[in-house]
Amino acid sequence: MSTSTLATRAAQATPAPIAQRMRGLSDRAIAWLFIAPTMLLLLAINIFPLIWTVRLSFTNFRANRPIAEVANIGIDHYVSILTDPDIWGPMQATAHFLFWTITLQTLIGFALAYLIDRKFRGHGFWTTLILIPMMLSPAVVGNFWAFLYQPQIGLFNYVVSFFTGIPPSSFEMLGSVKLAPWAIVIVDTWMWTPYVMLICLAGLRSIPDYIYEAAEVDRASSWRQFWSITLPMVLPFIMLAVLFRGIENFKMFDLVNLLTNGGPGSTTEVVSITLKREAFEKWRTGYSSALAIILFVAVFGLANIYVKALNAVKNR
Amino acid sequence: MKGISTAHSVVEPTAMAKTIAMVVVVLYALITLVPLGWILLTSIKSPPDSISYPPKVLFEPSIEGYCNLFTTRSRQTEEYIKSLPPADSACERSARANSMVVVSRSNYLPRFVNSLIVAIGSTVLSVGLGVMAAYAFSRFKVPGKDDLMFFILSTRMMPPIAVAIPIYLMYRELGLSDTKLGMILLYSAVNVSLAVWLLKGFIDEIPREYEEAAMVDGYTRLQAFRKVVLPQATTGIVATAIFCLIFAWNEYAFAVLLTSGEAQTAPPFIPIIIGEGGQDWPAVAAGTTLFLIPILVFTVLLRKHLLRGITFGAVRK
Repeated sequence: MSTSTLATRAAQATPAPIAQRMRGLSDRAIAWLFIAPTMLLLLAINIFPLIWTVRLSFTNFRANRPIAEVANIGIDHYVSILTDPDIWGPMQATAHFLFWTITLQTLIGFALAYLIDRKFRGHGFWTTLILIPMMLSPAVVGNFWAFLYQPQIGLFNYVVSFFTGIPPSSFEMLGSVKLAPWAIVIVDTWMWTPYVMLICLAGLRSIPDYIYEAAEVDRASSWRQFWSITLPMVLPFIMLAVLFRGIENFKMFDLVNLLTNGGPGSTTEVVSITLKREAFEKWRTGYSSALAIILFVAVFGLANIYVKALNAVKNR
Repeated sequence: MKGISTAHSVVEPTAMAKTIAMVVVVLYALITLVPLGWILLTSIKSPPDSISYPPKVLFEPSIEGYCNLFTTRSRQTEEYIKSLPPADSACERSARANSMVVVSRSNYLPRFVNSLIVAIGSTVLSVGLGVMAAYAFSRFKVPGKDDLMFFILSTRMMPPIAVAIPIYLMYRELGLSDTKLGMILLYSAVNVSLAVWLLKGFIDEIPREYEEAAMVDGYTRLQAFRKVVLPQATTGIVATAIFCLIFAWNEYAFAVLLTSGEAQTAPPFIPIIIGEGGQDWPAVAAGTTLFLIPILVFTVLLRKHLLRGITFGAVRK
């Protein structure tokens, strides 16, 4: 047969480890071959656009005037954003949203996880049911909550009036300056409390029984056990959940866009909504690029902390 | 009897504590599901019933919502409707009862199909790329590994709106705006970070000895990857794929900014289903219900891996 060529005979004579390295690709080549496509995709769809944004942020380019002369205007956009008192409106709206959603979700989420960890009969089934809201599309969630919030016909107003006696048409959750910021907090809490709950539950389950048994031997009260065992041991998990929700809600767009679109006026205009208005409604591409970069730097900072927290939890 | 059987452990909650916990958790679950139940009910109401006050809990079920979701109708005179041959479908009958006739199919089905194509396409691409990169990160000494992994994760942290501006411009130049291919590439780029992180965790759990044994038996590295590692990682790959599917299926921000016609997916379409004289709530509810069903199925399937998925593999039960 043609297989007994010089090459095959040479191969048979070569010691095994070297032969192994000769056959196929080297590990090094495989490593790069396997990583390169992912990197290429990320460079093309994430990094290249990001660099483009940076470039645009120094110009007065407008996407709806593609053939107009583009002028370099240096850091003017950055200066005007950071010195513009109007930017504090969206910042405050974002801060209000961020603070209340995270507080409520952490409290309710932890409480639920604690109760589920009592391991009553059927807790697995009920946990799965509770998880459903966070799996849904924010698009449809925002949309059907807008329906529930309708004055007169909406279920939410009706339930509130049923319990408080306030006429259901006397208040508008989405249309009133006072209530709209709370309307979006309620929806986000409804949707994302399960997320915090799930992570807290993992934290509670990671505490070994023998620690409680030892505390019991030492006659520590259950109140004491909660504060000096349960809470400190779950804390890294809570931090993880808070950071993740923080990053997500800092860039919150979908729910708010569907519920209020920043309104009434600009009471619920969180930063992402400002960005959308500037970029896709006023077409101030250069200005919105600068705002996007500022937002990105902030998120990136948070992400950095987040990854450190991830590793801390992982290495426990 | 129960009290006795649980008394052996000091850490086992008392029967009383369990009952209280159960009552609270069950109450929370039921309350939290009310909005979903309400949408399901609204989808089988007639349009007048859906906007009646007080809200109706008991009503005569109607298929109008589902009919209106899939068809477009036009108002006609009584004489014209009488001159037509008898209605051949339930939807035609319900339209005629409101002195309308069915004109054509609506855009819901094409949007739903777009969602399917974009979700499946991007999942295949991101899991395919992800499993390769994850294997390389898990098994080889890659210079600057931690930095690369962080870089991959950080791309997911970008606010969608911030990236949407240049992507909008770039796609306009490349002729990718409002195309399914453009959306597939975009969602793959977002999902590949999750895929790499999750799959690296799953592959880390497969003992290296399996591949080493296979390689001693004469497999090349690539053969060992294909015939030993991939089969071992099946569960992880499936779980990761479902996470990617759910993300792409649910995504709204990019979809609403970058697609408007041809490639529009269901999430930006459902909120703009308009009937005569305002939003057609039963049709919107019907569209929502159909759109949510796959997600409910996936949630049940993913139960065990949910925690891992939402924390990028950091927390494993």
